[in-house]
Amino acid sequence: MPIDRTRRKLVNGFACTAVSAAMLPCCLGRAALAAVGGLEFKLRKVADGVFAFQGVDELMSVANQGAISNLGVVVGTDAVAVIDSGGSLIEANALIAAIGKISAKPVRYLINTHMHPDHIFGNAAFREIGATIVGHRNLPRALEARGAFYLQSFREQIGDTLMKGIEIIPPTMLVDDRLQLDLGGRMLELQARKAAHTDNDLTVFDSATRTLFAGDLVFIGSLPTLDGSLLGWLRQMDALAAIGAARVVPGHGPVPADWPEALTAERRYFEVLARDIRKAIADGIPLSEAVKTAGASERGNWHLFDDYNERNATAAFAELEWE
Amino acid sequence: MQNHAYRSRQLVLPLAAIFAAIILAVGTFFGSSGAANAQQTAASSDRIWQDLKGDVFGDRAILIDTGVVRVEAPKRAQDAAIVPVDIYIDPAKAPDGIKSVTLIIDVNPAPVAATFQIGKDAGVTHLSTRVRVNDYSYLRAIAETQGGELHMAQTFVKASGGCSAPAVKNQDEAMATMGQMKLRQFPPQETMTKAQELQLMIRHPNNSGLQRNPLTQYFIPAHFVQKLSISQADRPILSMEGGISISEDPNFRFDFTAHGTGDIQVEAIDTDGKVFRNQWPLEATGL
Repeated sequence: MPIDRTRRKLVNGFACTAVSAAMLPCCLGRAALAAVGGLEFKLRKVADGVFAFQGVDELMSVANQGAISNLGVVVGTDAVAVIDSGGSLIEANALIAAIGKISAKPVRYLINTHMHPDHIFGNAAFREIGATIVGHRNLPRALEARGAFYLQSFREQIGDTLMKGIEIIPPTMLVDDRLQLDLGGRMLELQARKAAHTDNDLTVFDSATRTLFAGDLVFIGSLPTLDGSLLGWLRQMDALAAIGAARVVPGHGPVPADWPEALTAERRYFEVLARDIRKAIADGIPLSEAVKTAGASERGNWHLFDDYNERNATAAFAELEWE
Repeated sequence: MQNHAYRSRQLVLPLAAIFAAIILAVGTFFGSSGAANAQQTAASSDRIWQDLKGDVFGDRAILIDTGVVRVEAPKRAQDAAIVPVDIYIDPAKAPDGIKSVTLIIDVNPAPVAATFQIGKDAGVTHLSTRVRVNDYSYLRAIAETQGGELHMAQTFVKASGGCSAPAVKNQDEAMATMGQMKLRQFPPQETMTKAQELQLMIRHPNNSGLQRNPLTQYFIPAHFVQKLSISQADRPILSMEGGISISEDPNFRFDFTAHGTGDIQVEAIDTDGKVFRNQWPLEATGL
């Protein structure tokens, strides 16, 4: 029964997107308006039974419907697991619709890779279809501290329409260190990471195809954002690089990407940032001055550099001052 | 507006009032989870201040932009949890000296971020710290002269927005290292007077108390550095009564005039009653 309900929803959702996209020039109805957001939701196959959606390299907005992060789908013989729920219910429902096109198996698990809104704002759609939400042991605590703030600050950014129905829903299945999820014929290996991008980063490894879902521990092309620990992230990259993955689905950037080459640019950025900040600290330059120039040599290498670099520098300064 | 009642008690009973503020703020936050919390503007921030100032300063006159005090912060906060703020005092414009400076962030759940008492002859003319800013807000510095005059300066800060939240980044680390202190001493700079600079850093989560225990659903009490005093050779330089708007790992950088060669002494007390003490020899200034 839950499957029926799901599939009906899928069909509706999908038809809505497709029709409205096709009718855009001549149709001024509600569907057309939704399609102005133009979420053309494409799940691409990255390996056998493994699919991913690639988000756009932008900030969340009305126009992109919050669809800025990469999302993953792994299909087993018994069940489907989804990695991250997207930045709005519209996006989450489009994802669920797209899954309906590739598998009739129930979505048993929604795995949240960490706390940020572009990865968790779609959670309610997965609760609706009966999925168990899985996350890092620290994720509930992190969402308690930030959930209300996210709901408020993103309402300002993406508007009431896109915020409609969005709830902060913490995971009920927690990963303390490692956890295996059996989807039938394949095992997903989940690992709770130490503080890096956030203090609740979780990676997912599909052993059948050796595909790594790195969440926001890996950014490609789009500037990484630091909301955990720079030193922790640099250490975590060493641990990640040792994973014998055939490919990675990063949290942001091209899907899929080569492994471990996907870490190269990100590591260089953080090393440059750390070097610049350490020099400023040693020279006695205060935070407010140091953050204006730290990391500047990396500007040409990243999308959204001016949106996030000073913030990263601020967090890095506060952390590295304690070295 | 809906929660200005709690502020009237804040001066009399800072701690109790801060808790009341938190409870009220939490009520507003979580009670209205579906309703939009409208974004603040310069005008709405100012309305909050108009309601608030009587509770903090009574009906005393507040002189604005006299040059006695100046406050600087980035126009847009980059990280909502760590917004640098600089307060400058011009001794030439306040010949009888400044007794205290109060830092206010209009829209925060507990708007009185901190009150700093400045030691007599301590020579403090510049103080920088880091604060949490929840939304678009004025930051205000109100200096009180020894003669009892109030002088205010203000600057408007746009919140960072997006996924940068005014919360602790690495909670486990924050708890594990709580109470550690670091003092940096900077020699006098040519552009300044002969004063040297100190930077005091204290490891503390300075928790907002807006978190709910996932099991019990009770709010975890706020846990922050409530009192801080910094002195040299037993002469007070700076002391602070602070709240949850001061960023995690409270950080203060200020200039001062050393008297003799006595040690720098620091004592901090948090809301759990934990006392953290430390002292360091005064470094030679190289002159």
